[in-house]
Amino acid sequence: MSKRHHISVAVNGDDYDFLCEPAQTLLDVLRDELMLTGTKEGCATGDCGACSVMLDGRLVCSCLVLAVETEGKRVDTIEGMAKDDQLHPLQRSFLELNGLQCGICTPGILVAARALLEKNPDPTETEVRYWLAGNLCRCTGYDKVVRSVLAAAAEMRGA
Amino acid sequence: MTDLRYEAPATLEAAVALLGGAGGVARVLAGGTDVIVQMETELVEPELVVDIKKIPGLRAIAPENGGFRVGAATPAMEMVEHAGLCRAWPGVIDGVKLIGSIQVKGRATIAGNLCNASPAADSVPPLAAAGAVARVVGPAGRREVEVAKIPVSPGKTSLAKGEIIESIFLPARAKNSGDAYERFTPRTEMDIAVVGVAINLTIDGSGVCVAARVVLGAVAPTIVVSEECAKAIVGTRLDEAALEKLAAAASAACRPIDDKRGTIEFRVKVAGVLARRVALKALERARHIV
Ligand SMILES: Cc1cc2nc3c(=O)[nH]c(=O)nc-3n(C[C@@H](O)[C@@H](O)[C@H](O)COP(=O)(O)OP(=O)(O)OC[C@H]3O[C@@H](n4cnc5c(N)ncnc54)[C@H](O)[C@@H]3O)c2cc1C
Ligand code: FES
Ligand code: FES
Repeated sequence: MSKRHHISVAVNGDDYDFLCEPAQTLLDVLRDELMLTGTKEGCATGDCGACSVMLDGRLVCSCLVLAVETEGKRVDTIEGMAKDDQLHPLQRSFLELNGLQCGICTPGILVAARALLEKNPDPTETEVRYWLAGNLCRCTGYDKVVRSVLAAAAEMRGA
Repeated sequence: MTDLRYEAPATLEAAVALLGGAGGVARVLAGGTDVIVQMETELVEPELVVDIKKIPGLRAIAPENGGFRVGAATPAMEMVEHAGLCRAWPGVIDGVKLIGSIQVKGRATIAGNLCNASPAADSVPPLAAAGAVARVVGPAGRREVEVAKIPVSPGKTSLAKGEIIESIFLPARAKNSGDAYERFTPRTEMDIAVVGVAINLTIDGSGVCVAARVVLGAVAPTIVVSEECAKAIVGTRLDEAALEKLAAAASAACRPIDDKRGTIEFRVKVAGVLARRVALKALERARHIV
């Protein structure tokens, strides 16, 4: 048995403590130890983006982060996106414009799209497509995803 | 999965001692975008990973002698967002931008891209073309090594046991010079280079190329720094005849593999086509960067 590490981390503003093995990824811990199952596993090798989270304010794949690396850090997941029962404009836009079908890719896409809009509130369609290139979707064909992001961006700008 | 030990030392000296003293397979952990994938797919099962991100000063882009020193724990996105670096070395940034998705770039480092020693690593040809130098620290002390001399074959570097890249230095940009990198991939994003070409060149007041470094990626077991390609354009204004010679030299410098991404014949041809394009892009930038 490898040494288990005691980790303290702030997830969506709440403090969590957990024990983990060095080889466990942040994705494993979020889903299996903290029961935050909104973050999805598609590939576990960084290719699909379903596991996207924010780590200290940077968009990353949680399958490519070891849980032990997160000691003292801030993690933001899809669970923190709605405020109580108030959906984030991106979430509403995806629902209204059918930006999802099966929904497996959706949490990752929402987290990634929010990171984009924080940096660039008025992205072009091309910018949205490039930013989301690391988020694979097998259902929608991406068009409705992109339109949902653009509509939410417009709403958030008050346009 | 074998037993894994994770260490996050607070100093480079401690990191070197851990790696130098390791009995089994040990790896530096920077962004983990290669290491964790290799662990996940059981390609490499290290007994020890040494996380270098807690070492103070390693996550920084600092101006130095007119150039920039990029700490080994600096994620690619921080380079892409650094206005000064983008202005000075746009060709290096062309390569850095191609390292996977935004998510991957949120973690991946250029030192890791270099030390993973893939011949298709996108930041390596433009770094080599820029004359970038790695500062290496190890059991025997510090040394400065040209980036081009770090990879020796796919997956292998010239670093000795216990050695770590501390930072990569991009020198001051010469006047009237520009650099560029392009790769060919079947898809525009999230794909591995079939051929990559980086060119860094300097022109004089009348537009004649006075210095050039041309580096090819993904067409041999390591990157290829091609003197013949450089000779084809130095002393010219990159007219049609010079570009023709450059393309021929780039094709001749290839020693590629045949695989599902591209046949030998295809890679050789594309290397020439890309070299031309990249040369013109670097020239255009040289005219605008003062
Ligand atoms: C989905 C996906 C897509 C990708 N697409 C591309 C692409 O298009 N182009 C491309 O070039 N790459 C691509 N990559 C690979 C790229 O992310 C890596 O090569 C990355 O740059 C490695 O940096 P890292 O910091 O993550 O290194 P790590 O994974 O932490 O380390 C990589 C290797 O280098 C060693 N190492 C790391 N830092 C040091 C150091 N300072 N000193 C000594 N040794 C060190 C490690 O021990 C390990 O062997 C992709 C990866 C993924 C997951
Ligand atoms: S599960 Fe992390 S990128 Fe696919
Ligand atoms: S909605 Fe099914 S994968 Fe995107």
